This record gives sequence, structure tokens and C-alpha cells, in this order.
Amino acid sequence: MDIISGILAISLYEGLIYGLVAIGVYLTFRVLGFPDLGVDATFPMGGATAAVLIVGGVNPFLATAAAFGVGFVAGCITGLLNTALRISALLSGILIMVGGYSVNLRIMGGANIPLLRNVSSFDLFGEFLGLQGLTLSIAFAGVVALFIFLVLNWFLRTEIGLSLRASGDNEKMVRSLGADTNKNILIGCALSNGLVALAGALVAQNQGFCDVGMGIGIIVMALAAIIIGEGLLGNPKGITAILLCCFVGTFAYRLFITIALRVGLEPGDLKLISSVLVIVVLGIPYLRKRLRGEWVPPASRM
Amino acid sequence: MSGLEGKSTLELKDIQKVFNRNTVDEVNALNEVNLQVNERDFVTIIGSNGAGKSSLLNIVAGVFPPERGGKVLIHGHDVTRMEEFKHARYVARVWQEPEVGTAANLTIEENLSLALLRGWRRGPRIAINKKRRNQFAEALSQIGLGLEDRMGTQVGTLSGGQRQALALVMATISTPSILLLDEHIATLDPNTAQVVLELTDMIVKRDQMSTLMVTHNMDLALRYGNRLVMMHKGKIILDLSESEKNRLSVSDLVSAFTRAAGEEFTDDNVLLSDAESAT
Repeated sequence: MDIISGILAISLYEGLIYGLVAIGVYLTFRVLGFPDLGVDATFPMGGATAAVLIVGGVNPFLATAAAFGVGFVAGCITGLLNTALRISALLSGILIMVGGYSVNLRIMGGANIPLLRNVSSFDLFGEFLGLQGLTLSIAFAGVVALFIFLVLNWFLRTEIGLSLRASGDNEKMVRSLGADTNKNILIGCALSNGLVALAGALVAQNQGFCDVGMGIGIIVMALAAIIIGEGLLGNPKGITAILLCCFVGTFAYRLFITIALRVGLEPGDLKLISSVLVIVVLGIPYLRKRLRGEWVPPASRM
Repeated sequence: MSGLEGKSTLELKDIQKVFNRNTVDEVNALNEVNLQVNERDFVTIIGSNGAGKSSLLNIVAGVFPPERGGKVLIHGHDVTRMEEFKHARYVARVWQEPEVGTAANLTIEENLSLALLRGWRRGPRIAINKKRRNQFAEALSQIGLGLEDRMGTQVGTLSGGQRQALALVMATISTPSILLLDEHIATLDPNTAQVVLELTDMIVKRDQMSTLMVTHNMDLALRYGNRLVMMHKGKIILDLSESEKNRLSVSDLVSAFTRAAGEEFTDDNVLLSDAESAT
């Protein structure tokens, strides 16, 4: 495989897997207007849950599903902190992010768990189809991503899904139309964190270990991917386009990262690159307006 | 009294509402309010700023409950402590700002679909199907703005008047028992306001729901509805039946207000709309 197709293949795999994280973050940040930073903890939580269960002899597919469940519950807690205890959305997420770190250490019983000697869901899938290596990774990630895409593409068009989308748009209206917006926030946060944990479980199995620090900055990565996707697809509004935008944006972002690594940047630099990317993309439109002498409203704190 | 023979749709008993209790900002927004609204009543509510009109609507809609001791009955059921989204089964509302009654990032048909399920359990079923789409087109065609041909349009791209007309259709598509209109034409330009007002009258007469319309405009309050309620400092100071109302002019209303309130009439807002309606 030559270098270019190699880079493209790796980015494709990562675009599919981390695209699930981007969708999760899109659900909270964009759809619900709920900036949930808790995904930094629920990503490794999914990895930890799957890893511990697989090491304990549980079927890897079941372990992966359990990871989704654990993330789902963690998301419910984030939502409850906001809806039941009236803690601000931002702080609710931060509390789960910080508290979740300790939970993850407890789940794993240490800072990391090696999985290389165990049979992962990738291995089982590969055995079944006779695939291996990067082809297998892409195929399995593709199947999972397609499944999630189809489910969400349906769910967000249902009566519940529509009322969930409207909750982020105009909460006052949704309540006046007889829908419980608190319930919608709970469903949205749970689904979001479930998806992120699912991605964490798949990443841990594919890389052969789970590390407690693997979620640090995942929120910024997801935001960068979403912003890039929106730029590439021209601020999509339809559900199908939005879901595609998350995958496309993540693919483009990972492609960028993979190339940056090839030209000599260290893996440790990646978080800075993500941050700078988000700063540039969010900051430039404002600076451009200032240069054109346009009036810009004062900075918002939320 | 108007329509004592009809069944009462809404009953407010001993409603009191105090904001910021025990602080320097304490406000007695509603004080001993008792109101019985019968089936098919179209009540116009007038009053100066701070009279308690919006607080009254908020209590009917369940946005907040009244102080202990007060009761809100809808069709005889006590809904006083029920959450807002449960009130929605009976009560629909159109706000002053079109942005509040509609969701900007969703399409016209998505907004209508949300509104159609008022008071129903929202399930894992596709929200928009052919049957519902036809129902939406039918409802939209009656308001004559051509919105039925633009059902896939994002609501945020519509004009204020179009959005308010849509908000009105959304409030009434599921035929609620009570319709609350909270100065719903106040932010529209005069022509659009007239169009939306006529639509309102048409829909209220067609669906025969009990309606409470808050307005600052005394002329409108006299021209529309079959009953007029005037509020002042948290109290209902006038409650006129259709026949009483029909005999009054705007200046009669102003002097009635002055008498009933027992004090000089100094509120700019009411004077202003009074002057406007006189021209």
C-alpha cells in the first residue's frame, strides 16, 4: 500500500469510529444546546467497561453493548444534574468529567488494561468475514457506523426525536406544546454519552489497550470535526446531512492529523493542534468582521 | 352576565401571586382574582402595564402556580399544581413575539407536527406522514398565506407576520379547550396585525374554543369577543358582558376605568392606544 492510500485508509477508519463521538457531541451541543463536557470521561469509561468485561471472559460484542449502556447511564446522570438539581449544563458535564475519572480508575483497577491477548469484537468479526488488519478495522467500524447512522436517521424523525430537536431550538415552545423538555434533555444526554462510550469501547479493542487518559480533549476533537464538517457541507440542516457532516468532518480532521504526524509532529502535539484548529475556525469570522469594520455584539459567556 | 347557561371551561378561584416575597422588590401581581370562563367565551383582557394580565395567563398555562389557597380548574379538574406541559393538553398559547411560538431551525411541517401532538404521548413513530401532511396543508390553506406550498421551509426564514400566523395555526390545530392570546399582534405592523387578528377571529369562531385575548388596544377589546375584562393592580375591576360591551365606546371605557380604579388615569400605554384607536 502506498503512503497516500495508507493515510486515507487510516483516516477513513478513524473518521468512522470518532464520527460516532462527533455525532454524540452534536446531539448535546448543537441539537440540545447543552454543552456536555462529560464525554471526556465517558469515552474512556466505554473503553474501560468493555476491556474489563472482555478480560473477564464476556463475549466482546456483549461487552461493547454494555459499554454503550454504561455511557447511557452516565449521560442520564449529567442530564439529571441539570434537570433535577438545576446545576448549569456546563458544570454538570464538568462534574461528570472530573468524577468520572475516578470511576474509570475504579472500573479498570489501574491506569490501563492491555487487551492484546484477548479476542476482541474486531477479531470475531474478522474471523466471520475472513478479513484482517486495516481492512477489517474499516469494515467493522463501517458496519457499526452505518447501523448508528440508520438508527439515528430514523429516531430523529420520530415524534420523540422531533420534540428532542425542538427542545434545543425553542424550549419554551416545546413545553407549551405539551412535551416534557426535561425528559428530552435526559434522552439526548444519555444517547450522546452512550454513543461516545461505544466509540471508546471500539477504540480500546482496536488499539489493544484501554488507558484512563484516552478521553482527554476528545470534546475539542469532536467540536473541531463538527466545525470542519459544517464548513465542508455548508451548514447542513436536514437530519441525514447533519449525520453525514459528523462523519465527513471527522474524516477530514483525522486526515489532517495523520498528515501532521507524518510530517514530523509528535502525538503529544495533537491536543494543541485540535485546540488551535477550533480557535482559528471560531475566531477568524469575528476578526474578519472587525477588519471590515462591522459591528459585532459583545462576547457571550455561554 | 354572559353565558351563565353554558358550562364553565376555566375557573380561577382566589388567585393570588406574589413575586420576590420578603424582598424590597416584592410585587403583588395578582390579588383575589376570581374568573369563570364559559364554553365559547371570547374574553378580551385590558389593563395597564403591571395590571397582572400576563401573570394571569401564565397561571392558566401552568408556567407557575398561584399562591396556596388559589385554585385553577379546567373542565372542573383541578390543574393548579400540574406542570406546564400537562396544562398544554387543554391550553394553547400565542405569545407577543413570533419567535417564542415557533421553532426557527425546524421546518413548517415539523413545527406543525409538534403542535399536532399537543397533549398526546409522543412515541417512536415517524412524526410526519402523508395523512398528517395533508392535514397541515388543509389547516395552512385556510389562512390564505400560501404557506401550504412551503411546508419544507425553515421557519426562521419566514417574516414575522407569517410566523405569527403559523403560531396561531400551531396553537389551534389540535383544537385545545382554551386559547390564550398574549398581545399576539402587538409586534406586527398595522396591516399584518389586522390580517392576523381576522385570522384569529375566524379560527376562534370556527373551533369555538374559550379564548382569553390580552391587548393594550381598547378599541380592539371592544370590537372583538363577547366579554371584556379590565384589570388593574392585580385585580379584575370590570367584567362586561356582550350587551354591556356593545353599548360602550372607547371613551366610555376610559371613564369606566377611571371610576372603577378609583384613581386618576395616568398610564401612558393605555392613553396612547386610546389615542391611536381614536384616529
